[in-house]
Amino acid sequence: MIDFLNGLVALLNFVVIPATAYGAQLALGALGVTLIYGILRFSNFAHGDTMAFGAMSTILVTWLLQGWGVSLGPLPTALLALPFGIAITALLVLGTDKLVYRFYRRQRVAPVILVIVSMGVMFVTNGLVRFIIGPDDRNFADGARFLISARDFREITGLDEGLAFRTSQAMTIVTAVIVVAALFWFLNRTRTGKSMRAFSDNEDLALLSGINPERVVTITWVIVAALAAVAGVLYGLDKSFKPFTYFQLLLPIFAAAIVGGLGSPIGAIAGGFVVAFSEVTVTYAWKKVLEYWLPGPLEPDGLVQLLSTDYKFAVSFAILVIVLLFRPTGLFKGKSV
Amino acid sequence: MRAVLLFAAVFGLIALTGFLQSWNVALGIINMGLISAIMALGVNLQWGYAGLFNVGIMGFVALGGLGAVLIGMPPVAEAWAAGGARVIGGLLVGLGVIVGAVVLWGRMAPGRARALAMLVLLVAGFFVFRFVFDAGVTAVEAVNSATQGYLGGLGLPILIAWPVGGALAAAAAWAIGKTALGLRSDYLAIATLGIAEIVIAVLKNEDWLARGVKNVIGLPRPVPYEVDLQQSEAFLQRTAEIGADPVLASSIAVKLGYSALFAVVLVVLLWLAQAALASPWGRMMRAIRDNEVAAEAMGKDVKARHLQIFILGSAICGLAGAMMTTLDGQLTPSSYQPLRFTFLVWVMVIVGGSGNNLGAILGGFLVWFLWVQVEPIGIWLMETLSAGLSEGSVLRARMLESAAHMRLFTMGILLLLVLRFSPRGLIPER
Repeated sequence: MIDFLNGLVALLNFVVIPATAYGAQLALGALGVTLIYGILRFSNFAHGDTMAFGAMSTILVTWLLQGWGVSLGPLPTALLALPFGIAITALLVLGTDKLVYRFYRRQRVAPVILVIVSMGVMFVTNGLVRFIIGPDDRNFADGARFLISARDFREITGLDEGLAFRTSQAMTIVTAVIVVAALFWFLNRTRTGKSMRAFSDNEDLALLSGINPERVVTITWVIVAALAAVAGVLYGLDKSFKPFTYFQLLLPIFAAAIVGGLGSPIGAIAGGFVVAFSEVTVTYAWKKVLEYWLPGPLEPDGLVQLLSTDYKFAVSFAILVIVLLFRPTGLFKGKSV
Repeated sequence: MRAVLLFAAVFGLIALTGFLQSWNVALGIINMGLISAIMALGVNLQWGYAGLFNVGIMGFVALGGLGAVLIGMPPVAEAWAAGGARVIGGLLVGLGVIVGAVVLWGRMAPGRARALAMLVLLVAGFFVFRFVFDAGVTAVEAVNSATQGYLGGLGLPILIAWPVGGALAAAAAWAIGKTALGLRSDYLAIATLGIAEIVIAVLKNEDWLARGVKNVIGLPRPVPYEVDLQQSEAFLQRTAEIGADPVLASSIAVKLGYSALFAVVLVVLLWLAQAALASPWGRMMRAIRDNEVAAEAMGKDVKARHLQIFILGSAICGLAGAMMTTLDGQLTPSSYQPLRFTFLVWVMVIVGGSGNNLGAILGGFLVWFLWVQVEPIGIWLMETLSAGLSEGSVLRARMLESAAHMRLFTMGILLLLVLRFSPRGLIPER
């Protein structure tokens, strides 16, 4: 029985908690991609770099606050800086929309042209981030590191295995729940949110019923900026901030959005967790858990790691291919333009 | 006429580099420009002729580089003896499982039994594969791991590697095209983005294949070494006649040798691409691009044609990748960056003029020239701007440091400006 509990704790500690936090971050990223896809009808390749930009502006404000001696006690200061980060990111995306995307929207170009344009925006944003903060790793987490540390947990429960619950992980999950709840309340209950969904479902009908497209687009961009900044900051707090890793997040984020069904917000959240849990379970070395759960003679010799962690992209990719082959519209029926 | 002027301008810029900086730099730009132009030709085939959006160019280029290692390097006999059979056996098992799964899926009636059988086959197959494969890998990587630790190549002349690199890329393109073509255009983009990351991950981690991040260095060359030239009587006599410094002359001669080889490949490919474009096949491709529904109604197999051109374009990128690895003389998986290999090639195609082969080539040279020269220009600009600041100023140091990141920024601005004001590129499609 104790062995079973120990195994369970190890499983929670190394698989469930990290995967949940990572899944929440991916879900927030995928929500941004899926909203852009639903309203503006293109795959935004600049999204990863928008996340990096949001994280970067939050980091700069955090440093400023830290310089003034402001802190949130056990919580990271970045939480206080986040609204400013969101505002700066919103200014950036609204600026790019005005300068870049609006022209093509008026011309009603093919979606693939918009994808190429977003590639240009990605270059510029990426350059901007490297320009301002440099390409190196930045750690900006402060406050209490653990909600429960492994040692405390062992002392309280008397088990051999420790369960560490980091503040950043707890914060990720709580923030993600709040943000998602607010988003769904907005989309389903408010007039503006309803007009956005109407616009996404059928553009012509929405225009006929007097919805102002420019307003819908502006609001979408602001929401996307907020989602991107939150996702970027949470990821940066949980792991660390490095501009290039945000670019690489593009693949799991798109995989999540497509698995869920592009254009479907619920799908994006489900997809985020599907991708995160598969990535973590496939690349985790199961030896530790199995040692507790299996009787002596069956205990494995090797690490029982299905794939090395360097192949985590291969997991998102494999999921993507499976979905493309068997259910191209995703788990929740998305669009197929 | 416009094309001639533009080409003259670009080569004028490169010649200016030769006069102002050094001919070594200028020839370096020309060599990489030739390779970039070939990559741009491949992408132009996919995008310009068929409207396919491929963002996995980096993967195909890296596969070409792998081809150069697999063909050019001498085989490591000890490693083959230690675990070669197990590694190959493991790979065959893996392939067998996948083929088996596909056959099973086709043969059995749809239903729960089929899904279950497939799952069992895949899971069991995976463990058998790991069992056979892992021991072989450990044995191979243990052989002389500081300098070898991999199976090596076939030890054939490196020029053979070029078409082989193309073939490797073509095989990967076939697998990707089979899954993602025929769906929405965005799906192909995401799938190619994914395959590129996976190719790089494999190159970085599978040490038995190409030494991973330990890099394979000292690939054989298709042209003589500088040192050998400097010791050859005939060469020394020749340099003495024109009164050149033998060291400089030897490095320029080697670079010219590469230029000639690359130029031959480029001209042949350009001729082929132009002939294809002018043929009924080329007209069909453009018809499909401009209106898929109409082309399908005319009885054209759109998906098969897309697959065909996707494979051809990727093969050209693989060929260019093998050439690049040959030029570098080494395979360094960590140097493959998507912004440099995938997206820069896209800038070349768009700036040059999508749908026009000459445009793609021009874009290749021009954008590569800018990519190389933006950094020194940026540093110069920052030095001028910060000249008023004191020597030790933090801001000045920061400004000089950030000049290194000007490249991405400039390329993005260039791409956006061309898309906005001249969407058909410098040399538009006729």
